[in-house]
Amino acid sequence: MSETAQLDRTQNRAGGAAPASQKPAVTLHEHIVEVISDSGEGAQRCGQSLAAIAARSGNGIWTVEIIPAEIQPPARSVAGASGIRIRIGDQAVTNGGDETDLAVAFNEQVLLGRVRAGELKPGATILLENAWRDSRDPAIVKSFGDTVEALGKSGFRVIEIPLERECRALMTDARRGKNMFVLGMLLSIYSFDLQLGRDQVALTFGKKDRSVIETNVKLLEAGYAWGEANLDFKYRIPATKSAVPQVVTNGNTAIALGVLASGMDICAMYPITPATSASHYLSDCFEKVGGMVHQAEDEIAACAFAIGASYAGRCAVTITSGPGYSLKQEGIGLAVMAEIPLVVVNVQRGGPSTGQPTKVEQGDLLTAIYGSHGDAPKVVMAVSGIEDCFYSMITARKIAESFNMVVVVLSDASLATAQAPFPRPQFREDWLAPPVDQSPLPEGAKPYDWDSLTGIARRFSPGQPGGMHTVTGLAHDRNSKVAYDPSINEEGLRARSLKLAAFQKTLRTPPVFGDPEGDLLVVGWGSTKGVIEESVGRLRAEGLKVSSLHIRFIQPLPSGIGEILRRFRKVVTVEGTWGDHLEDKLIDENNRRYTPLAMMLRARYLVDVDCWSEARGQPIKPGNVVKALRARLDEGK
Amino acid sequence: MATPLSQCIIKLHEEQHNLEDYQGGVPRWCSGCGDNAILAAVQRLCRDENLAPERTVFVSGIGCSSRFPHYMKTYGFHGIHGRAFPIAEGVKMARPDLHVFVNTGDGDCCSIGAAHWIHALRYNMNLTVILHDNHVYGLTKKQASPTSPAGLKSNTTPRGSVLEALNPLTVTLGVQNVSFVAQAVDWIPELMYDIVSRAFHHRGFSFIRVIQRCPEFLPKMFEPWLHDPGKTLLLTHPNGLQPSLDLGRIYKNQRQHDPLDIHRAREIASEEDPIPVGILYQNPEVPCYEDLRGAGKPRTTEGVRRGLEAEFDKFTIWPEDEGRSRAA
Repeated sequence: MSETAQLDRTQNRAGGAAPASQKPAVTLHEHIVEVISDSGEGAQRCGQSLAAIAARSGNGIWTVEIIPAEIQPPARSVAGASGIRIRIGDQAVTNGGDETDLAVAFNEQVLLGRVRAGELKPGATILLENAWRDSRDPAIVKSFGDTVEALGKSGFRVIEIPLERECRALMTDARRGKNMFVLGMLLSIYSFDLQLGRDQVALTFGKKDRSVIETNVKLLEAGYAWGEANLDFKYRIPATKSAVPQVVTNGNTAIALGVLASGMDICAMYPITPATSASHYLSDCFEKVGGMVHQAEDEIAACAFAIGASYAGRCAVTITSGPGYSLKQEGIGLAVMAEIPLVVVNVQRGGPSTGQPTKVEQGDLLTAIYGSHGDAPKVVMAVSGIEDCFYSMITARKIAESFNMVVVVLSDASLATAQAPFPRPQFREDWLAPPVDQSPLPEGAKPYDWDSLTGIARRFSPGQPGGMHTVTGLAHDRNSKVAYDPSINEEGLRARSLKLAAFQKTLRTPPVFGDPEGDLLVVGWGSTKGVIEESVGRLRAEGLKVSSLHIRFIQPLPSGIGEILRRFRKVVTVEGTWGDHLEDKLIDENNRRYTPLAMMLRARYLVDVDCWSEARGQPIKPGNVVKALRARLDEGK
Repeated sequence: MATPLSQCIIKLHEEQHNLEDYQGGVPRWCSGCGDNAILAAVQRLCRDENLAPERTVFVSGIGCSSRFPHYMKTYGFHGIHGRAFPIAEGVKMARPDLHVFVNTGDGDCCSIGAAHWIHALRYNMNLTVILHDNHVYGLTKKQASPTSPAGLKSNTTPRGSVLEALNPLTVTLGVQNVSFVAQAVDWIPELMYDIVSRAFHHRGFSFIRVIQRCPEFLPKMFEPWLHDPGKTLLLTHPNGLQPSLDLGRIYKNQRQHDPLDIHRAREIASEEDPIPVGILYQNPEVPCYEDLRGAGKPRTTEGVRRGLEAEFDKFTIWPEDEGRSRAA
């Protein structure tokens, strides 16, 4: 079958326009493109490369990885879609956006998975590998034909592309080369510079043999040429190059870089999705600066190891996700009681239990604040973007060591893998921890000499002459002696609680996005910042009186929030977790389980805060938020 | 503020420490408890080795045994149940220059902390570890422990425990990277001291199981052994222990055993009556995890800055002009 015949058939099926010899590029503000395949076909590498090239060109980008839960899901399965979505914009992009405009699929089954999940925009363009038409298995031929027909009828523009045939001309295992061919094709579609693509291939395969790079460059060029010759559309998304150097990483890499920059020496961890990639990256680079990643025998040991290291003088970090976070609770209680600084990162995933390991959810807020047992005050902060992942680690280490407290940093599965550029940080010496204090202690110095105002006591480290004492998880007095006296127990509780108040006094009121008063205030925390602000921006553009507030420190909450809440007619939180729906027959104000932040705000400020949430395992789409907010605004009009 | 004169004097020779320098609070253990014997041996060791109290850390879990750090005048970490090993590992990794000891009990080590115990053996960090094995839970008042003999009547096994006891020696000797295993009994203080001393000088994870009496809950358990020295088997060897003549006259049941022989060590480990006492196994060649991982390497601000900048370089998009000049 010739290429022309191929395209003709495509057009017959999809009713597309005739190919223009000179394709004028349509200028767009933004576009969402996704590449999906079976696991192991390299769709993610293709998409990440496209994102890097777009970022290099000066476009705003945000990537969302599409990850099946299994390592090797069955080929051609609806649940096995593996790939990546890239939102490319002419401005900075802060979230994954709404549905996909253009999808490239390596088989029709993974595509069906995405279509059924409602991830494609109505009328979206689909570029679909058509080697399946020539399959020896009649069932596959039929499935492919039926799917293409059905999608066409549903209004999608399906263009069949001969990926396998084109790639086989360049390499024996065509299955492994398709991704770079597709990358070339996408460069043509989005009018990117082919040379940037060649550079990216060299960078991606840098560690491999020269011949590998050459083959992949050939595939890239072939894909580009094919796109130029055969596709009847072309886009251009204007780009503005940044005047300052930009760093493009995902959230987990940014966390690892933050650990490096914070001056922490030891990260103790146990493998768990989706947190582990932070430790993978850290394992590679930490030792070069004198740090180390300890893969412990379990989550409990990882926490205890970090506590031991912190106790010995330098604050350590343990990085985990939900189930691992639960396992660390007893250790966290010990660190709280013994006042040992500790940074715990929880990259949240769907829960409870094993839940949805590769999917996003914001379900661990209350367990982060109230976890462990007894009264265990700790600082809980949430990262709201990639850049924030980096700086939060530095901040967390400083808080932990200044207040001898546990600091929990909440991230989530969407930030873990999302890539976006941020200005390259300028190194500052004061990011690092000071050297371990080994100075002799004066006679009579007490290891828990709690300040009566702030509850803070100077920490003694092993090696300091005169400071010998035994730290304990038992209630203890100022000398760290086990205390059975009721008033001493309260003295310790008071001091540990006061530290949180002392820290709270250092916090600034978070800024309101939009006007300081109005009809509706949206409050959020964590990874939803970009989505919420984009949604609020869309409504504000229509003249609606909506603003938003994003909270970084949730325990303790900064001052001034109550006043902000009261300046709005209605307040609603937007969260990526479960909250009961009032539409459910049994749910009323006596039993409605509000989402965690809404519950916190209602309890603290006595304001009737409503909540809207989604726990679909996907990053929340601005379109959904806009719809929900509009409904809230319309209520009671 | 004036600096005391004593702090200005350059120390020409190390300060000598007395036993009192290591004695913390008055032990609250029952009289006759084997923990007291261990404490005495360890305090003597600290004095004889002249360990700087500020550079010595005792880490423990939870249980009667784990009160140990409170009775030392060194740094101590009385942790949580079963987690003494990972805490001690963290301390050692952060500060390999410190002398780190671990005190753990049969519940702490062999039950709730069993996973950490196995892996601690594998890591082989330079820690001196004492398993205070009294075969019963004492602090929670008489429940069967993993090392309780089958048939033991306790509050959780009122009709007698149904399981055979776990043998901590055979378990340790079955783990890859094991480097030092010894057994002591609380009623022979001289050997207890010798064993603790040998363990301290071994570079690696030195595991001592101390069979000890619980006068409160198992008062008669070891009476036959106390009354009949023949029920104790002394392991002797030029590479192991060489008991004094006096001791040899009492404990005549002796066997030459080279601690380098792991196969014989495993056989001896499974012998329970007579109780073998001495060094079962020592392999000085097993590398320590902290050495393999480069613990204690100096770290500089400049080093961190350079490392960080190199990492940023991997992810940086330079503004066009700067990028060009870099390429050139």
